[in-house]
Amino acid sequence: MSASEAAGRPVDQVQTPAKRGRLFGPGRRLAAIVIFAALALLPLVANLIGDPFLVVTATRIMVFALAALSLDLLIGFGAMVSFGHAAFLGIGAYAVAILASHGVEDILVQTVVAVAAASLFAFVTGAISLKTKGVYFIMITLAFGQMAYFFMVSLSAYGGDDGITLDRRSTLLGSRLLSDDIALFYALLAVLVLAYLGLTRLIGSRFGRVIRGTRENPARMQAIGFEPFRFQLTAYVIAGAIAAVAGVFLANQAEFVSPAYMSWQRSGELIVMVVVGGMGTLIGPVAGAIAFLLLEDWLAAFSEHWKLGLGVLLILLVLFGRGGLAGLARRLTGGGRA
Amino acid sequence: MNTPLLSIQDLRKSFGALKVTDGVTLDVPAGELHAVIGPNGAGKTTLIHQLSGSLASDSGTIHFDGDEVSRLTMPERVRRGMARSFQITSILSGFTVLENAAMAVQARSGSSFRFFGRAGAERRLNDEAMAALDRVGLVDRAERRAGSLSHGEKRQLEMAIALATGPKLLLLDEPLAGTGHEESAALVALIAALKETHTIVLIEHDMEAVFQLADRVSVLVYGRVIATGTPEAVRNDPQVRAAYLGDETEAA
Repeated sequence: MSASEAAGRPVDQVQTPAKRGRLFGPGRRLAAIVIFAALALLPLVANLIGDPFLVVTATRIMVFALAALSLDLLIGFGAMVSFGHAAFLGIGAYAVAILASHGVEDILVQTVVAVAAASLFAFVTGAISLKTKGVYFIMITLAFGQMAYFFMVSLSAYGGDDGITLDRRSTLLGSRLLSDDIALFYALLAVLVLAYLGLTRLIGSRFGRVIRGTRENPARMQAIGFEPFRFQLTAYVIAGAIAAVAGVFLANQAEFVSPAYMSWQRSGELIVMVVVGGMGTLIGPVAGAIAFLLLEDWLAAFSEHWKLGLGVLLILLVLFGRGGLAGLARRLTGGGRA
Repeated sequence: MNTPLLSIQDLRKSFGALKVTDGVTLDVPAGELHAVIGPNGAGKTTLIHQLSGSLASDSGTIHFDGDEVSRLTMPERVRRGMARSFQITSILSGFTVLENAAMAVQARSGSSFRFFGRAGAERRLNDEAMAALDRVGLVDRAERRAGSLSHGEKRQLEMAIALATGPKLLLLDEPLAGTGHEESAALVALIAALKETHTIVLIEHDMEAVFQLADRVSVLVYGRVIATGTPEAVRNDPQVRAAYLGDETEAA
């Protein structure tokens, strides 16, 4: 019996950790190295082909990659489909704009405030949202996201609906280093890589194991003595805090902040990036963000109705690309275990 | 054995007008294997839900190990030493067999708010998990994905997980459900071995197994305990025969 079982492995066993506690196979690690290395070399390439705008585009992409990465912790590992994640991006961005308008320009201070504000917002809204499940969780996170959006719209002291333009980028310990596009690019890349490595560790940790177990079977987790709520809420706060850091960079990249950053469309796009890239893979959502924003640029150059094309591509990907880009890569390389 | 390990007093639960648990009073002394039997719909699983804490009782009390636990949540009761297994296998299919058990060890060993060390590499968790797997005979399956186990093995894992929580009392909800003849013989042997170290409340349909394993049996009909006693006494109780055993011959 055991022999035949070993031979006829079920299809979904591709996710089996090869070694005890190894969550991510070599394929995913390779993909991460390739993507991050390519990003690291990008400013050189941009310089070679004489297209400095490439760096600006890539910075913007990395902002959303960071936000999508944090959302993957919720959607991919925690089965918490948050439809209000852009609110945290906005909180981060507004922390920069509001502090800057009061003369606090240091990015470290701004980041601390952004993270604190986002954590508080995540703690309060998460504590309420996590009392619900499934579609209700989606709706309530959407509602909180929209609340944050309309709050900023009505906050006329900081631009209201029109948003607020930054006089200049944040300082770093008094220096104007980040005014340089390439410096900002590398600072963000460092944060992105750090977040990726940190989350990879987190997923394999005791905490991450509880989160993953809860995704799979909350009743079982309670029956062995865990209170899933506390763990889910903590994950929600962590994801919100990381997204706020992405917001700090978004404000600096665009040198402009507006409530549009927090709109539900933005939250939806983040979900799309995670799904397109491959939920629960961490590197997938990074690739998803890259693909989504490049596609957006590319299709927009064709037609003003680019969203239609994007929709068609998304449907195709969902129909034929199970597991998103990560799943696609896994099948193309033929490595069931990649 | 002065105070029973588990003491249930006048426990009640209604769904609308339907009294599913209708004044159950039951004492289970430490070391006993107490079987609860009854026809379908007698309220056996509801009783397990109330004992484990996944369902709140309308009234009545549950004392465990000297303390009242009636108002505690399920995780709190588990941490005090009440572990349950599920009638319908409830394991973490995507995790390895070892991780299923290690997770239960983790729940009672130190904080799980640790964000960096690799949980899968924690020796102590894995060692204790292995000990639980050893007791149910799943050591050679440790690295397999739990979802790929056979049905019988999943039932064994279900018990290993309960054991790994370090319980004083095991609430086994139809551990033999859906198993074939050989599988069920192995599980009966396993429960007999667990009986040596744990107090057990066993809900089971398989009468042969029940009479083989139980020290005492309670018969539940329409949410009431109509008889409690040794298997012999219960088997010969005319009320039980009328209410229940007549049906059972057909069911079996």
